[in-house]
Amino acid sequence: MIKKSLKARKSELSKTQRQLDILSNSIFKKGVLPTFKEKLESHKISSFQPKTLKILQINIGYMCNQVCAHCHVDAGPDRKEMMPPDIMIKCIQTMNDAGVETVDLTGGAPEMHPHFRWFVEQIRKKTKVKEIIVRSNLTILLANKKYHDLPSFFVKHNLHIISSLPFYRKNKTDRQRGSGVFNTSIKALQKLNAAGYGKPESGLILDLVYNPSGAFLPGDQNALEQDYKKALSKDFGIVFNQLFALTNLPISRFLDYLIASENYEDYMTTIVEAFNPSAVANLMCTNTLSVSWEGYLFDCDFNQMLDLKVAVDQPHINQLDVKKLQNRNIQISQHCYGCTAGAGSSCQGSLT
Amino acid sequence: MFINLYSYKYNIMNKEYYNPNDLKKFGEITTWSKELGDRFFEYYNKVFDEGALSSREKSLIALAVAHVVQCPYCIDAYTKDGLQRGIENDEMMEAVHVGAAIKSGSVLVHGVQMMNRHDQLSM
Ligand code: SF4
Ligand code: SF4
Repeated sequence: MIKKSLKARKSELSKTQRQLDILSNSIFKKGVLPTFKEKLESHKISSFQPKTLKILQINIGYMCNQVCAHCHVDAGPDRKEMMPPDIMIKCIQTMNDAGVETVDLTGGAPEMHPHFRWFVEQIRKKTKVKEIIVRSNLTILLANKKYHDLPSFFVKHNLHIISSLPFYRKNKTDRQRGSGVFNTSIKALQKLNAAGYGKPESGLILDLVYNPSGAFLPGDQNALEQDYKKALSKDFGIVFNQLFALTNLPISRFLDYLIASENYEDYMTTIVEAFNPSAVANLMCTNTLSVSWEGYLFDCDFNQMLDLKVAVDQPHINQLDVKKLQNRNIQISQHCYGCTAGAGSSCQGSLT
Repeated sequence: MFINLYSYKYNIMNKEYYNPNDLKKFGEITTWSKELGDRFFEYYNKVFDEGALSSREKSLIALAVAHVVQCPYCIDAYTKDGLQRGIENDEMMEAVHVGAAIKSGSVLVHGVQMMNRHDQLSM
């Protein structure tokens, strides 16, 4: 089980350029597989551009209490990057200027940011944002006394909770997220249920995220949701709203795993062969903008982790120009195949 | 020296009966007999649709049969299929045991034929 981020281990793969090189070389350079651009062109999609901006996904810091093996953020306790308050204030201004409907707070573990609660309160006070999502890893709710009252804070501000639970049984979850994570996650889910989350008619939404614990694609989202609902209710009395089945993208720690386990080429072949053109129109980068802790802008959280900033002159929230952003081309590379494989994948689950 | 070694290895690879990459070329069987190939794949896909049995149950049956017919391509394909469906490793192994039990049972039940023939031929 890994204990440190790639960055703390001084791994070559912590360098974004190295990851981009890997994604463009070997099988893609040799022409064994088409690049994502070539694939789009073969389906007569020469470039793809964003639609109206709806979701602002803000990564407020890379610190996390967990060090999951597949983490695309390379998050962990050793990551100290945190969004400063002035960038948070700028984000709030942007929500108003751009008429953002949904704010999606992510990390790391966003709750570990010292200004997390203040930020949520400010968003509720100063904007007309309809929905605030928090991507909570569940174990944080029990990690320290200071987090024990988070469920009531979530309720107070009607936050939409989206949490990762890689599987409804212990083994697979612990292998991916660390030993003991499953039991703690179950306790956290019970706490959220007790606060009303996931209960029909409470209006408090609790969604779960499934992602494969290895080098394979997720199965059918609805079938998995039924399995999860049955098992979690029977074994632990847990209820939740929806399950989102996400594909692991070949970047950061998952890329490291793919290479170390000699699954890289097979996995890339799998996601290329599973390319689904009908997923392209709904890709999350078409209605989402991702903001990094420093205020830089990206087409999505994955591009953020590859340091592929939005293709405009000044890709920073301080110089955000909604019109210019609307006309940009989305930055793509071979990791994008993860979003278009099979039923498609986004932070809100399947796309088709 | 390096080149020789490489081409030596490459030749050996090509002389293997089973190559994992051939699984990806399964669809190409249609090129030499399109109609039969197309009909086979249509039938194959239909078989695995949800029906009286769930696709999950069918996947486990396929995995057990894959072992009984000892097809490395099918074992590869249905192990992956099981993982994608969230089928657990104990479920997969139990399915393989079902296949093994039927296979060994089918050997042993012929022992009755042996006994019958033995008794018929003996005084
Ligand atoms: S909980 Fe999320 S952010 Fe933290 S290490 Fe795991 S995947 Fe990464
Ligand atoms: S990784 Fe996915 S969401 Fe991001 S730019 Fe590529 S296709 Fe879009």
